[in-house]
Amino acid sequence: MIPELGQFALALALLLALVQGVLPILGAWRGNAALIAVARPAAAGQGIFVFTAMAILIHAFLHYDFSVAYVADNSNLALPWYYRITAVWGAHEGSMLLWVFILNIWSVALAAFSRHLPPAFVARVLGVLGLIGVGFLAFILFTSNPFLRELPMPADGGDLNPVLQDPGMTFHPPVLYMGYVGFSVAFAFSIAALLGGGMEQAWVRWARPWTNVAWAFLTLGIVAGSWWAYAELGWGGWWFWDPVENASFMPWLVGVALIHAQAVTEKRGSLPAWTVLLSLFAFSLSLLGTFLVRSGVLTSVHAFASDPRRGLYILGFLIVVIGGSLLLYAIRAPKVATGKPFAPLSRETGVMVANLLFTTAAAMVLLGTLFPLIGDALNLGRISVGPPYFGFLFVMLMAPAVLLLPFGPYLRWGRAEGRQLTAMAWRAGVAAVICAVVAAVFAQGHLRAIAGVAGAVWVGAGTLAYIVKRWREMPRGRRYPAEMAGMLVAHTGVAIFVIGVMLSESLSVERDVRLAPGQSQSIGGYDFRFDGVEETEGPNWRADEGIVTILRDGATVGTMHPQKRTYSRGQVQTESAIDAGLFRDIYVALGEPMDANDVQGAWALRLYHKPFVRWIWLGGLFMMAGGFLAACERRFRAKKIAAESTLEPKATPA
Amino acid sequence: MNPTRKRRLAIVISVIAAAAVAVGLTVFALQRNMNYLFTPSQVQEGQAAQYATFRLGGMVKSGSIQRAGDTLKVSFIVVDDGGAMPVEYTGILPDLFRDNQSVIATGRMDSGRFIASEVLAKHDENYMPKELKDAMAKAHENRKIDDKKDMPR
Repeated sequence: MIPELGQFALALALLLALVQGVLPILGAWRGNAALIAVARPAAAGQGIFVFTAMAILIHAFLHYDFSVAYVADNSNLALPWYYRITAVWGAHEGSMLLWVFILNIWSVALAAFSRHLPPAFVARVLGVLGLIGVGFLAFILFTSNPFLRELPMPADGGDLNPVLQDPGMTFHPPVLYMGYVGFSVAFAFSIAALLGGGMEQAWVRWARPWTNVAWAFLTLGIVAGSWWAYAELGWGGWWFWDPVENASFMPWLVGVALIHAQAVTEKRGSLPAWTVLLSLFAFSLSLLGTFLVRSGVLTSVHAFASDPRRGLYILGFLIVVIGGSLLLYAIRAPKVATGKPFAPLSRETGVMVANLLFTTAAAMVLLGTLFPLIGDALNLGRISVGPPYFGFLFVMLMAPAVLLLPFGPYLRWGRAEGRQLTAMAWRAGVAAVICAVVAAVFAQGHLRAIAGVAGAVWVGAGTLAYIVKRWREMPRGRRYPAEMAGMLVAHTGVAIFVIGVMLSESLSVERDVRLAPGQSQSIGGYDFRFDGVEETEGPNWRADEGIVTILRDGATVGTMHPQKRTYSRGQVQTESAIDAGLFRDIYVALGEPMDANDVQGAWALRLYHKPFVRWIWLGGLFMMAGGFLAACERRFRAKKIAAESTLEPKATPA
Repeated sequence: MNPTRKRRLAIVISVIAAAAVAVGLTVFALQRNMNYLFTPSQVQEGQAAQYATFRLGGMVKSGSIQRAGDTLKVSFIVVDDGGAMPVEYTGILPDLFRDNQSVIATGRMDSGRFIASEVLAKHDENYMPKELKDAMAKAHENRKIDDKKDMPR
């Protein structure tokens, strides 16, 4: 009975989403206050029913309701309760419900925190979110219903893919979706602005905190995913340029461009058309990401079962959303958006160049990701694009971005002066060269490591110099407003990230070895001694657990326990052991016994020494913190903004 | 030319130059990193001869996995309906690698054997990667592959 209530709740949510998507937009168009007032209650109603459906699905998992096909397919009696919650979004149907669930979190939040905005504008924004909700709710109800019954009810269920049975998986998808779906808010703001006309750029100020928060969540989601892949997939890699990773990375890149472009438009009134276009792209790429993951058109570690009906539906939805929004853009943008001019040497130009680099990077990733589809369509054969394509082009595009980054804060709006830039460049440049020389002594000819240190110090020193400058020149209390602090923290994150990537990529030692018990192998100054394997057991798996003692100069540093797990349904899964440190990770994964009948004999082992690998994720966390911090800017919360006004450009740089 | 026009011209020229560099680099990188997928029978027909590195897809022949006595070197045979190809690999095989498992190996040919630098067997035992299924279906038009096998349980 209860699962049917879940389905019923979804159907009601669909009806309310239709109401939310149609009536308020009509009301805003006709100037009908009664219809406009429908927006908030409809959003709240849709939210309540979607939250109910989600709660019912979680309830079904917690109570082993195997009469529900989705529950039976993805959980079993031996699965611990926390992984049964993870299993809710462990496969297709549930993850679509999660998508809609998070869309509703955003809609309800927007309905609650938009009292200071003009009602007609909010009605349009909520209307657009309602229409997106219609698309996804219909998709769930007609092609991917998680509440379908399976009768007769099986005694026990299947299993959650063991790769997903990891704490990282519990929170990676929801956080990632918070980011993905969060771009729908920026999208809705843009569409509302295009529909409304006349708003000029006031809407950008309202959209900024939402976009920053969405981007920060996306950053956290990608960092969590990268860390999870590193810890769980047993290869010790942190990024694979896998189609699904790319699917989350493209909106992130466009998101970087978007949050910077929004700042320009909000403060200076320049580039409004570009900002609108970027927010359309960011959300379109989020949808495309959903399409790539859900349709199974590309081979990927993430791809779920392919069902052509689902793929077609999402493809159709994608065409309607992208085509419709671009059409609206083409019709309305020339009227809505009139940009203000700026000098060639100005912060506007700096942001524009950075924007071009990031959107080109996104286009490059898009081309590489879709190329197998293009090749297939043109009958060129079965093609895949190797990771070096992405790595090479990404470095080519990001090197200028890193080079230009420290100049950003020093550039004045409108027209900048060269003198301050040269002063900064001298300081940061000298610091970078000194550190690179020091690094060269340690890195012994690893050019990438030296370049990484130089690049990171260049960015870090440039950012630090600006922090000092603000401290000296501004009165207490006005030195670092939240927006500025967020920018500085995020840029520091870039420096940390660059160090992490370049040092870990060039200095890591990775070795696959064959070791008999008692034998040892020396890597990166550490001795790895293999002391054999023992049997061990968990709630729904048993494992061979290796014992590897790490020694440095004869003294024991630690003991590591990599596992080779066999789950109750027979799937095999490697659990690597990681000794984490700020300056180096030691990573041990168990391969296979050299003789399958002699588990106590020699094993294949994967031994890694990875300097500075944590800095990759640390840098990402700094960027995330920057995004959240900037969203706290007090200016964004200003109670009353005259709806008709075009914001006056400020004379002072900020 | 007045200053405004001069500036616009400079902007246009630099944008075109940047675009040209970007397109050039992209084409270069794509050409270097495009990998084609072939099945053993297609390789034996000589279809892969023009490619230095390519991907080989098929099933691991039952009982063909052999390990060297003292190193991590392993050899096995990848088969499809009409062909078989001996593969050599040094390193740790993926968790799901076993007899009759569908695998995709990246590497090059060396005197009749395929020297793999990477072996993937990402999916569970009932699942065959779509592109591999298509390639095998294409190699053997007469063979029917049961579509239900594509669904992970």
